[in-house]
Amino acid sequence: MPDLSFVFAQSVSGLTAAMFLFLIASGLSLIFGVLRVLNFAHGTFYMLGAYAAYQFVQWTGVGGGMFWVAALGAAGAVALLGGIVERLLFRHLYAKEELYQLLFTYALALILSDAAKMIWGTQQKSVSRPPELTGALSLFGATVPHYNLFIILLGPAIALTVWFVLQRTRVGRFIRAAALDRETLGALGVNVDALYTWVFVIASFLGGLGGALISPMRATVPGMDTEVIVEAFVVVVIGGLGSLWGTFLGAVIYGQVLSFGILFFPRFSIFAVFALMAGVLIVRPWGLAGRPLK
Amino acid sequence: MIARLGRLPWGLFVLIAAFCVPAMGSRFYTFLANDIVIWALFATSLNLLVGVTGLVSFGHAAYFGIGAYATGLLMKKLSVPFLLAFPAAGVLAGAAALAFGFFCVRLTRIYFAMLTLAFAQIVWAICFKWNEVTGGEQGMPEIPYPSFDWIPALPVVGGWRTAEYFYFLTLLMVALCLWALRRIVGSPFGRMLTTIRENPERAEFIGVNVRRYELAAFVLAGAFAGMAGGLFGIFNRGVFPDFAYWTKSSEVLIMTLLGGMGTFYGPAIGALVLILLNQQIVAYTEYWPFVLGTVLVVLLFAFPGGIAGAIGAMARRLTRPRRA
Repeated sequence: MPDLSFVFAQSVSGLTAAMFLFLIASGLSLIFGVLRVLNFAHGTFYMLGAYAAYQFVQWTGVGGGMFWVAALGAAGAVALLGGIVERLLFRHLYAKEELYQLLFTYALALILSDAAKMIWGTQQKSVSRPPELTGALSLFGATVPHYNLFIILLGPAIALTVWFVLQRTRVGRFIRAAALDRETLGALGVNVDALYTWVFVIASFLGGLGGALISPMRATVPGMDTEVIVEAFVVVVIGGLGSLWGTFLGAVIYGQVLSFGILFFPRFSIFAVFALMAGVLIVRPWGLAGRPLK
Repeated sequence: MIARLGRLPWGLFVLIAAFCVPAMGSRFYTFLANDIVIWALFATSLNLLVGVTGLVSFGHAAYFGIGAYATGLLMKKLSVPFLLAFPAAGVLAGAAALAFGFFCVRLTRIYFAMLTLAFAQIVWAICFKWNEVTGGEQGMPEIPYPSFDWIPALPVVGGWRTAEYFYFLTLLMVALCLWALRRIVGSPFGRMLTTIRENPERAEFIGVNVRRYELAAFVLAGAFAGMAGGLFGIFNRGVFPDFAYWTKSSEVLIMTLLGGMGTFYGPAIGALVLILLNQQIVAYTEYWPFVLGTVLVVLLFAFPGGIAGAIGAMARRLTRPRRA
């Protein structure tokens, strides 16, 4: 049995990874829940968020709070792109078959990730941590960087914010209604088209923010999008497609399984994650916290 | 006139033409043709699920990968002759498809696609990490060619290079597989799969065990994908974990869609066009995915029936009897 501080450190690293995955997967889940489209391009939005953050930091530096400006700016830029893509292209696909939707989002992922390669090349890009959070904390004999702590706190904060918007605001009510019955909502005089665009913008913002915030921790490289999208699929499937807290739960489970899997079965931790996904799909296809579709 | 053209045995013509490719003397053309032929089988096997039965699999590469590893391992490590190792790829991939498909066919639509993806990623993870058997991340290089020692002794057919013999062999095997697939699609069983695609509830009402039919289609599609994989491993002179990675599944799905899911030979045409296009484009730019994505977007919006669908529509317009 490894000692306690090691276990603690491992679970902190799992939790940090989980919060990033939550940021990405929550957007994926939101789009699926409302628009009923599984968005392969969401991972690419995350990657673009990381590249955009790198670009902004190149201009502003990370000191004096500029990192946060850059991160929010990057997420905003990705959100804007998401809105444009939804308005111009996505909206023509809602009536088509799933296969067409899936392949369209995949095509979009191909185009956007290659565009990123054209702009930023294939060299890996890194961003330094914001100076406010470069320190580390000693907890139970393990060293926890401030930045990780911040991410671990940010995850629940974002989850609560999204929950609040969905449950307690007028727009949130409309979004939930659109997920249930888009036509009736439209007949009641709500502009559903605009609502869909907003859902897409919010989801892209979350994905972009995830990418921007991970840029000081992991190098930004081409191909990170195809990796992360599969991870995000695992998370939303485990938690339940379309469910916010399910996604949160799925992310935490994923992070812990991966980081403890590496501890106990170093070779098969990736395997364990996908096996978990398959297991959940077999037993409860709608996920641990989701509800069956119609 | 055009209606009569449709009745000619085009499959035979294509096969004869394909046999003549090495006679053009270019090793590169033979290489390209070999690649196309194998992918044509892979895409056609997927179409049995997607186009014929209406099941969108996002993990078809799993069976391609299993077949490739099966043939590769048997031929390289156990020196099993090709004539045993090749069907073994189909049997093993079919067995895996039976085990995975048993669970998959219980789910519908998006959940079906997700579960096929999950199983494919499991296969990929195993290939990626099980170093002792699969060679792990490094894959398994130097898969031997089947033995062609006895051929040069024969009259007429002697005198080619090994890669060319392998091409002829591939062509023969793929032609047999496509013929079998064609028979399956045209059989009462195949018709029932189409019924299930069109209206599963109705199929259930008339007493068809929908899940069992879907599972049978899943197993057959997996087995043929496995044989395509077995050929590809030898052709590629090595087997690597990314054969089973999810991007391979989407690649073959794109081929199927590009060619046209509504017709039997559509996916094969898709494989041909996509590989030739790729070969042309990469000569000019490294941004092949960008081009592919753009082609795909245009296709989805303008030609949802794919190339074969567009040709079919054009032929119908030309042959339609004119009314005054």
